Amino acid sequence: MSMSVRSQLDRRAAVAALLNSRKDTLVVSGLGSPTYDLHSVGDHDGNFYLWGAMGGAALIALGLAQAQPGKRVLALTGDGEQLMGLGGIATIGVARPHNLDIVVIDNQHFGETGMQASHTGRGVDLTAIATACGFAVTGTVRTIEEVQRLAAKITEPAEGPRLFVIKVLAENPPRSLPSRDAVFIKNRFRAHLGFAAA
Amino acid sequence: MHSPQPNPDSHSSDDWPSELFRVLKAADVRQMSYVPDAGHSQLIRMFSADRDVTTNVLTTEEEGIAIAAGAWLGGQRSVLLMQSSGVGNCINMLSLSAIGRFPLLMLVTMRGEWAEFNPWQVPMSRATQPSLEAIGLRVMRAETAEDLVETVESAASLAYEADQQIAVLIGQRLIGKKKW
Repeated sequence: MSMSVRSQLDRRAAVAALLNSRKDTLVVSGLGSPTYDLHSVGDHDGNFYLWGAMGGAALIALGLAQAQPGKRVLALTGDGEQLMGLGGIATIGVARPHNLDIVVIDNQHFGETGMQASHTGRGVDLTAIATACGFAVTGTVRTIEEVQRLAAKITEPAEGPRLFVIKVLAENPPRSLPSRDAVFIKNRFRAHLGFAAA
Repeated sequence: MHSPQPNPDSHSSDDWPSELFRVLKAADVRQMSYVPDAGHSQLIRMFSADRDVTTNVLTTEEEGIAIAAGAWLGGQRSVLLMQSSGVGNCINMLSLSAIGRFPLLMLVTMRGEWAEFNPWQVPMSRATQPSLEAIGLRVMRAETAEDLVETVESAASLAYEADQQIAVLIGQRLIGKKKW
């Protein structure tokens, strides 16, 4: 798994393979491409899409996982978004939820702002950070076959939080835009879990 | 430096942390997150000992804004404890609470405004209320124990029943001079 090995994985194909058997997994997506990727697989009442709050995706997922211990929760985010929330990896490691996975779609760039290189292409390893913070399982995948195996794994019980990096090509596929109305998405999400709007 | 001992001179009516705990439990708060402050130490201990409440210690305060939103998505009420220096860390993450109209209750112990010995606390102290209001929060303030308990009770209703984003500022005069 040398850093010099460039992934040839298409991010949309990877996210589709990751989520086409999601069952009742609840998903929070980080701003930018992961939000478009999640929507491109098909809109879902159990999705909460971020258009801001950079660094917050995995922590929203933590609060959700703690409130819904019987459901699996997935934070689907990007390398830039997770880098802004590095401290949150320590917080999640200490909280040790058994039903939370973080999947970082890692193109090693800030894709939304002009494809500037990020830290993950320059030696920073989010899986090593998560391991050091006490995550139960971490891993890096680079092929569609590995993503398919990961898709099955994230629907299964775990001993603690897990973080997986999917290395993908640095490219911006056509945007697939979910609603930007956070109140609507929030209320739809809560209704999906049986909670009435105020 | 962060003395966990309650003030031995205080009498029972000054036991506002226990009263706040009672009020927040009555409001069905199920998650609590915090960056420690000496003024919150008793409340932190009480929540941490409560098996019906999930407690998260944070590396930086904005994490708690995100956790509170996630808790609400999952049907639970969350409260966030911090000191005024942490408010500055929260500002962009508060976009989430503001634009999503997520219930938010944060209890902020003030530094830098009353018998403060540390000048580094003063700038953020001055910026606390204006910056919270600029991002769209409603700020409530209490200077006495009685007023604080009533204020938090009211703030909890506004947050959890009326989907408001509330910061309750706890005056440094109420917490008392930091002991060295």
